This record gives sequence, C-alpha cells and structure tokens, in this order.
Amino acid sequence: MEKSYYNAKDLKKFGKISDWNEELGTKFFDYYNSVFAEGKLTAREKSLIALAVSHAIQCPYCIDAYTSDGLQRGIEKEEMMEALHVAGAIRGGASLVHGVQMMNKVEKLSM
Amino acid sequence: MLAKSLKKRQSTLADPREQLKFLSNGIFGSELPTFREKIKESNRLPLRPTELEILQINVGYMCNQVCAHCHVDAGPDRKEIMTWETMEMILDILRTTSVNTLDLTGGAPEMNPHFRKFVEEASKIGVKDFIVRSNLTIIRANKKYYDLPEFFKEHNVHVVSSLPFYRKEKTDKQRGNGVFDKSIKALQMLNEVGYGKIDSHLKLDLVYNPAGAFLPGDQAGLESEFKKQLMADFGVEFNSLFTITNLPISRFLEYLIASENYEDYMEALVDAYNPMAVDGVMCRNTISVSYDGYLYDCDFNQMLEMKVASRGKHISEFNLEELSKREICISQHCYGCTAGAGSSCQGATV
Repeated sequence: MEKSYYNAKDLKKFGKISDWNEELGTKFFDYYNSVFAEGKLTAREKSLIALAVSHAIQCPYCIDAYTSDGLQRGIEKEEMMEALHVAGAIRGGASLVHGVQMMNKVEKLSM
Repeated sequence: MLAKSLKKRQSTLADPREQLKFLSNGIFGSELPTFREKIKESNRLPLRPTELEILQINVGYMCNQVCAHCHVDAGPDRKEIMTWETMEMILDILRTTSVNTLDLTGGAPEMNPHFRKFVEEASKIGVKDFIVRSNLTIIRANKKYYDLPEFFKEHNVHVVSSLPFYRKEKTDKQRGNGVFDKSIKALQMLNEVGYGKIDSHLKLDLVYNPAGAFLPGDQAGLESEFKKQLMADFGVEFNSLFTITNLPISRFLEYLIASENYEDYMEALVDAYNPMAVDGVMCRNTISVSYDGYLYDCDFNQMLEMKVASRGKHISEFNLEELSKREICISQHCYGCTAGAGSSCQGATV
C-alpha cells in the first residue's frame, strides 16, 4: 500500500478502471460523458453542481478535477464558493433536520 | 507603476536560447515525450506548410502595457520597431502573392510611427481580411489615438482585441491596473462607430487566454458567457471570442516556473495533445514577419528566434516556392497549439 491513501497522479489513471471490467467501465464512462454534455442545464451549470457535490462527498480527486474544469470554463471563484455553501447548507441541514427526530423522541419520553 | 520586460530586467529567460534549453531538458529529458516524438507517433512528422494564406506582421515590440503572460515580452521599454523600408517590402509581397489575410500585431502595433501609412497602403492593395490586433487600452492611452476606431472603420480593418475576462479583477491582474476600465471604454468607442454589431460588416473579435496555469475551456461556452456578461454590465457587443492557450515561453514561462506550475502545466498540455489539432495549426498557412524583416513559422517561433528553415530567411529574399517546401520548426512550446481543441491566433482549430 502507498504511504498515502490519495495520490494526485492517480486522477489521470481513472480510465484504467475499465482494464479490469471493460464492459461496465465503458458503460460508466459513456454515461458520465452524457451526463456532463450540454442539456437543459448548461455544461457550466453542471460543472458547478459537480464541484458542490465533490465537496459534499469530500472526494479530493473530484475537487481537483472540477476546480480546474471551473477555471477553464471561466467560472469565477465567488461562484465556486457560493456553490460550496449550497453543499454546506445541505450537509448542515441534513444533520439539523434530524433534530426533529430528537425533539420528537424527547417530547415522547418526557413528562 | 508598470512592470518591466524580461529584457529590461536582464532575466536569463530574455534569451530565447535559454528558453529553448529549458524546454528541452527537465521533464522532457525524462518523463514526457518531446513534441517531435509525439507528432512522429501520430504520423505528422515532418510538419509541412499548406498554401500560404496569412501574413502576420509584428511591427514592433513596444507596448503601453506589460502583461504578465506576454509571449512577446513587450512593454514601453522595448524599442524594436519596424522601419518603413521593411513595410514597403511587405507591401510588395501583398501585391504579388495570393495572401488573403494580413494580420498586424506587436507590441501595440499602433505605436509604430508608420502604422497609419502602412494601413492606408495595405488597404489600397486589398486583402480579404485585414486584421489589427489592438490591445484596446492604446485607444485611451493618449489623445492622438482617440480617433483609432474611426481610422479602423475607414480602412475596413478587422479589429481583434485581447480581453482575458469580463471582470476587472482577473483582467487587471494579468494585464495591469486600470486596463479593464480602459478596455471597456475602448470597446464602447468601437461599438459606437459600428464595430461588433450583428448587422455591421465591421468585425470586432475578442481574444481570451486563461489568467493562470490552466487551459482554456470550450470556446463556444466562453463566448456565450462573455457576450451575456459584457452586454449586461457594459452594453458591449462583439462578434466572436477566440480562445488561445498560453504557450510556455517568455513571461508566461517565467510565471510557470516561479509559481511551480511548470511541470503540471506541461503535463496537462501533453495529456491534451490532439493529433487533429496538428492539421490545423496556424504555422501551416502563415508566415510571421518580425520587426527587422526576418521570416518565421509563427509569432511564437519569432520570439524564440527560430527562423524559417528555408533558403530565404528575410523578407528581402521572400520566395514562396522555397517557403512552401520548408519543414516547420518545432519545439516543446508547440504542445500549446495542439492541446484539446487546438489554439491559434484565430482561436480553436478543431
């Protein structure tokens, strides 16, 4: 095993996952490329969503890839940070909304 | 205060031989294939010209700006300027060849004292596309330049201008404080005389190059964003946006080394190598002429002092037949023109 779990250079080897299962790997990358093509949402908007999700799932490869992608598309740093706050708000909200469960339980058990 | 050119600072990188040495060693001595090896793999060696269509003339390295990425190392301290005698030789070639595009660049080409006379004479000869690469701020630099939009219009000049971004912060960081506001004012002046309007024959194109160590994104996507933002914020219109990749030479090379981005940037260029882009590189249909009349395959080779590999290397010895047989000179900087959708002075090539 490497000394570190993550190596920046591994990002470029992503495509190699197809080596051990070509059929599924090919299907995945075809799907991936279709997802990010221009559609009802622009490729630019999708890039920002990807950046926010990358932070929500805390994937360093994805953060690296979609920060560079954003810069290439002319996405401004303020837009990137706003997108991250959407991820942050949803993650924070996801914790806090469970507070209702906690409150229900407290209410139920308390006199 | 404006920064100084590499030449004025007596930087090692002011010497093209040092740049070429740097580009041929290090990462290219071990991990990455040279450009020659790479194009050989894709059966594109030797790289030969197609029909000559564009004559790109660098009328001098003097400029009112000192942009951080400038491949010319231009600035107010550069005194290299094309003489009228050299310009006359170029006019003769325009009269006798089928070149359909004349492309004036610099520095700020408008700072050459013979600029207007040259434009007047060249427009009389009549080429299909007569481009002047204007940095925009020159139009606001001094009263004597305020009438440039009218002058361009009078001679049906196609104006191509650099604007790295539609926001002040990024533009000024790359091109100097105050550049963005002056550029917007100049664009509005060009719009006022009819440039960049949908129904006008007066063409105004913008050039985007990344403000940092990354490659340009999709040209169409960026164009649409530029159009939307410039119209909403400043009422500015333009025709097309050309995306240009920063080539690792001169001041951009200095930046890459100083910011420790050089190796990653070169890897990104090599990874993005696109054989299809080789077919459309500008050096195949262009000859670049330096202020002192020497001939090069492109403006980048000019800055690296890699003269054409042909018998006649000077405008005074211009021989189209000989030039058409030449092999185009290449080095690792050429990866910049073959990455992704390709890059040329007319933007993406694929």
